Amino acid sequence: MEIPILKQRDYLIASVQSVLTDEDLINLRDKLVQQVGRYRSDGVILDVTGMDVIDSFSVRTLRDLAHMIRLRGATTVIVGIQPEVAFSMIQLGLRLKDVPTAPDLEEGLAYLDRKKGKRTLPPHE
Amino acid sequence: MSEKPPSLAFGSGGAGTNPGGKSGPPRDVRIEARITIKAVEDIVEARQKGRALAQELGFSMTQSTLVATAISELARNIVLYAKTGEIVLSRVSTEQHVGLIITAQDKGPGIANIQHALMSGYSSSGGLGLGLPGVRQMVDEFDIKSRPGDGTQVTALMWL
Repeated sequence: MEIPILKQRDYLIASVQSVLTDEDLINLRDKLVQQVGRYRSDGVILDVTGMDVIDSFSVRTLRDLAHMIRLRGATTVIVGIQPEVAFSMIQLGLRLKDVPTAPDLEEGLAYLDRKKGKRTLPPHE
Repeated sequence: MSEKPPSLAFGSGGAGTNPGGKSGPPRDVRIEARITIKAVEDIVEARQKGRALAQELGFSMTQSTLVATAISELARNIVLYAKTGEIVLSRVSTEQHVGLIITAQDKGPGIANIQHALMSGYSSSGGLGLGLPGVRQMVDEFDIKSRPGDGTQVTALMWL
């Protein structure tokens, strides 16, 4: 399954809307790490609303992704972790550690804007 | 809501009434689904079937996600270490309780040191080492049988 990556302002947005296999997640990680350089993006928002399960493999891949993107000079925010998924992660002892999260896309954008130290632009800019 | 049935060790008698054969209320175990695991896509299929069964049994959305996550971990271990194997999903019931049993079995290389495999943070594959210990701590009953060269069988039970 190919996850579309959108470019919005200085950011890349990838939105997972369906269930992912391990391979899909690895491919998404690699694509984001490449594109963040190609588009000279400052930030990446990964919306995981569609992920039915975040297990130890997913956590490791998401953490790797965020670290790789940081090495490329940009910030990653994970948004849309569902409440029951968050509950299961904690039950399993899984932590995203220092990877920033936000409840939704809008908050994710606001986080990146704050990080860049600039005012949030109005939606109709 | 009455207390959950006392924890029983799973016996070697396999599926059937009251695994373990020890004291406690008799258990009726019925196999609901068998999923062959041989590639990463099968992990997704197994956890989706597990979630569906959990919901059918009346588990909440949160509990069903726990079931799906446990299956995901166990099925991935099969792909990772044994290449092929099977996830068996069963419904277990006593007079008062209903639960779901996940059995992950393979004919892979087996686990040389089960104590290590159950230790949080230990991994022989470069993973986080949270799969098996994570599953063990989140289910009501857990059993693992493995001998080097003779495959592995992990059984996890969650009561509703």
